[in-house]
Amino acid sequence: MKNKVAYFGVFVALALIFSYVESLIPIQIGVPGIKLGLANLIVVIALYKMGVKEAYLLSVTRVILAGFIFGSMFSILYSLAGGLLSLTVMALLRRTGKFSVIGVSVAGGVFHNVGQLIVAALVVETFQVGYYFPVLMVAGIITGIVIGILSNEMLKRLRDIQLS
Amino acid sequence: MKKHDVILIVVILVIAGGWFGYMQMSGNGDAGTVVVTVDGEVYGEYDLTKDQTVSIHDTNVLTIKDKTADMTEADCPDKLCVHQKAISRDGESIICLPNKVVVSVVSGQAREYDAVVK
Repeated sequence: MKNKVAYFGVFVALALIFSYVESLIPIQIGVPGIKLGLANLIVVIALYKMGVKEAYLLSVTRVILAGFIFGSMFSILYSLAGGLLSLTVMALLRRTGKFSVIGVSVAGGVFHNVGQLIVAALVVETFQVGYYFPVLMVAGIITGIVIGILSNEMLKRLRDIQLS
Repeated sequence: MKKHDVILIVVILVIAGGWFGYMQMSGNGDAGTVVVTVDGEVYGEYDLTKDQTVSIHDTNVLTIKDKTADMTEADCPDKLCVHQKAISRDGESIICLPNKVVVSVVSGQAREYDAVVK
C-alpha cells in the first residue's frame, strides 16, 4: 500500500490526541487508576485494519510519546507492559476467529490492567496488590465493552477504506 | 456480540469474583499491625490499636486512628495513595508507587471463625 507511512502517522496522531483528551477528563469511578483507555480504540482499529505488526508498532510509539508528554518513566513502564500484554492477547483472540471486536476488546481491556498490575507488583516487590486484581478485571470488562462497541461502529464505517 | 464474547466475559467475571471472595475470606483478621515497607525493605511496624502519626522518609505521612491506617500526605503529584480509603483488615494495603511505599495490614493473631456449624 502506497500511503502506509501517512496512514500510520495519522493513527499515531489520533492515539496521542486520545491520550491527551483522556488526561484532561479523569473519569473517576471511586477507584483510583481506572480510565477508559480511549487510545486503545486506535490500537484495536489498527489491529483490524492494518495488521498485527503495525498495531504493535503503533502501541509502542504511542506509549513512549504519550509517556514523555503526559507521564513519567514509571507510567511508560506500566503502559508498555499493559499495552503489549493486552495487544498480544487481542491478536491471539482475533486469530481464533471466534470472537467479535467486542470480545477482543474486553480481553484487551482486562489484560491491559493485569499487565500494569503485574509490573506494579514487581516494582514495589509485594503481592499485596492482589487485592486490586478483581476490581481492575471488572473495570477492564466495562471499558473493554465500551471500546469494543466504539471500535465496531468505527470499523463498519471504515469498511471501504483499505489500509493493509 | 457473539456467543464466545459472552462466554469470555462470564469467565473473566467468575475469576474476578472467585479472587475477590478468596481475598475476603483470607483477609478477615482482627485489628493487628501495619507494616510499612519502602522499596521492598521494611521501614517499620506500627500497632493499629494505638492512634499515631507516622512520617515515612518525609515523603508520606501515615495516620493511624480508630484501628484504621490512612495515608494522609504524600509529596507525589497524583496522590493516589492519599485518595485510597483507610485500611484495617488483614491483607489490605495502601501503595504509593512513586515513592515505592507499601503500607499493609498484618493481623497479629490467627484468623478466627465467625461460627462453626456441626
